[in-house]
Amino acid sequence: MASDAGACEVPTRIGKLFDNLARGGGKALIAYLTAGDPSLDATPALVEALVRGGADLIELGVPFSDPVADGPVIQRAGERALRAGATLAGVLEAARRIRDRSEVPLLLFTYLNPVIRYGLERLARDAADAGIDGCLLTDASVEEAHDYVAAMHGAGLDTVFLAAPTSTPRRLELVARYSTGFVYLVSRTGVTGERDSISASVAPLVQAMRRFTKLPLAVGFGVSKPEHVAELGRQVEGVVVGSAIVRLIERYGGDPSLAAHLQDFARQLKAGFESPAAKGKA
Amino acid sequence: MTAQPDATGHFGPYGGRFVPEVLMAPIEELEQAYLEARDDPAFQAELAQLLAAFAGRPTPLYYARRLSEALGGARIWLKREDLLHTGAHKINNALGQALVARRMGKRRIIAETGAGQHGVATATVCALLGFECVVYMGEEDMRRQRLNVFRMRLLGAKVTGVSSGSRTLKDAISEAMRDWVANVGDTYYLLGSALGAHPYPMMVRDFQKIIGEEARRQILQAEGRLPDTVFACVGGGSNAIGIFHAFLPDDGVALVGIEAGGSGEELGLHAARFRGGSPGVLQGAYSYLLQDGDGQVSLTHSISAGLDYAMIGPEHALLHDRRRAEYVAASDSEALEAACKLSRVEGIIPALESAHALAEAFRRAPQAVGKIFLVNLSGRGDKDIDIYRENLKELDQA
Repeated sequence: MASDAGACEVPTRIGKLFDNLARGGGKALIAYLTAGDPSLDATPALVEALVRGGADLIELGVPFSDPVADGPVIQRAGERALRAGATLAGVLEAARRIRDRSEVPLLLFTYLNPVIRYGLERLARDAADAGIDGCLLTDASVEEAHDYVAAMHGAGLDTVFLAAPTSTPRRLELVARYSTGFVYLVSRTGVTGERDSISASVAPLVQAMRRFTKLPLAVGFGVSKPEHVAELGRQVEGVVVGSAIVRLIERYGGDPSLAAHLQDFARQLKAGFESPAAKGKA
Repeated sequence: MTAQPDATGHFGPYGGRFVPEVLMAPIEELEQAYLEARDDPAFQAELAQLLAAFAGRPTPLYYARRLSEALGGARIWLKREDLLHTGAHKINNALGQALVARRMGKRRIIAETGAGQHGVATATVCALLGFECVVYMGEEDMRRQRLNVFRMRLLGAKVTGVSSGSRTLKDAISEAMRDWVANVGDTYYLLGSALGAHPYPMMVRDFQKIIGEEARRQILQAEGRLPDTVFACVGGGSNAIGIFHAFLPDDGVALVGIEAGGSGEELGLHAARFRGGSPGVLQGAYSYLLQDGDGQVSLTHSISAGLDYAMIGPEHALLHDRRRAEYVAASDSEALEAACKLSRVEGIIPALESAHALAEAFRRAPQAVGKIFLVNLSGRGDKDIDIYRENLKELDQA
């Protein structure tokens, strides 16, 4: 294989973020939004609002027509973004505008087909050029990811893979081998979407994953409240919030107050890391 | 041709396994369970018994005498999958996979359906074997195939409408996959076509290849030789791979797959993946896909819900590239015309899907004097009566 974990000689902004947080004992709030919802023009300002509120890393969702891993909230966001004309090229352009004004780490989050269509090598080059730091493709299994990983690492980009409660030790080992930047743990079996409580399956998955990697771990799927952030912050280095953010974007759409709502929500989530619950013993 | 797929589920460059990580381990488990079942004589014996006593196999091979004479060329034989219980070839696969599900200890079966034939077949085997059954169906397809929706409910299945995207088969598959992701512990996903992640394209083909195995024996017995050309319609491609497979080593037998030509050549008006499609990844597999320049999956159109899908099964992609099979398209109106002809000349009302295969056979027959044509009549037309009525108003008002 072309590239192993750690093969990126120069750490990306993602690697540096987790290094810095580790030194200070901090945790990363990772915010997902579907780029292009409500429009690509609006996306940079929404990202900046999340960062002002405390988001440490942004997942830029690239909409796909058939998002099998997503629940209804992110499905609808994708439909809105596609109707508004979002494309992978357009998302890269939005990333460039974010990068002009911010050093926040950016992770592309999408499905394989738009990436294949764009071209693996071309995407790696253009994404790096636009200031993207890494990529996560929800339907690129490690077995099928060889060429993709080689292209991304060749351009100095991180490749983040998902690990799930159903993943066998053999699969966790493969996920560890192909991942750089961090490993994304899926909190439960299911699609993206908010839930009242975070599945009890997270702790065993965290333990199992740590046997195979020293990379930072982040947990996502179903994380929507400061209490979730507090609970997970005791166990892992990063927490991903997606659908709850996208739901705010859906609710406030083109309303001028949207950015303020996002900033405030990110602030509340980030405060979860500082709550008494988060400081308690795991 | 070497054995397909390879150990990792690839048909040449096509196929593979592209699903969210949550599903990877369950799919590996399914592959293991299927391979064990396949090699278990007790499993094969039970399946054979159900195919014979419950589904009605073997199906007849019927010589369409009046039709052949009317067209004045090829001798046309019909493989009568339309005579199977539930009205189409789909029951072959549903029975096989439900027995696999039982071996795996699952209690709940989910499925997607387009025309409703696979949904009806799944609901039927769930009733037979005592599984809870949920069928996902696009709302547009529910409207087009109301009768099948009711049949599934009568059989005890829950039919869940899907309102996302184009509200057709593709969206039903996505919704079924989301259900599976959330319920992997007790749920078996009974995919209906030779599509999706490995092992589905292989497993569905294995359960459907009995069509070609029977037909090959039957035509040798009836005609003393192999057919010159085999015709089958291709949506995902399960009835086509089912009848093609036994003939793959027979170099003299031409294989023709007929896609839905829909109402026009433009992207969005048809479901002919080899006419304007290009390789891509959708719902677990890499194969020819109708998509736009940004990699978004195109909307498709066909008068036949069962052919209305943006991707073709990966084994067909390989047969196409290797030129072992030829793929053409028949339009909505050609399919309708062929259905009328078969109804009047032979007394058989075909499914709209199968009518696409008939249309191409009818087009070629007059120039094929002395040739033998074999057409897979994959389903019967009862479910399509509403669509026939809408499109043949002159008959309704006569």
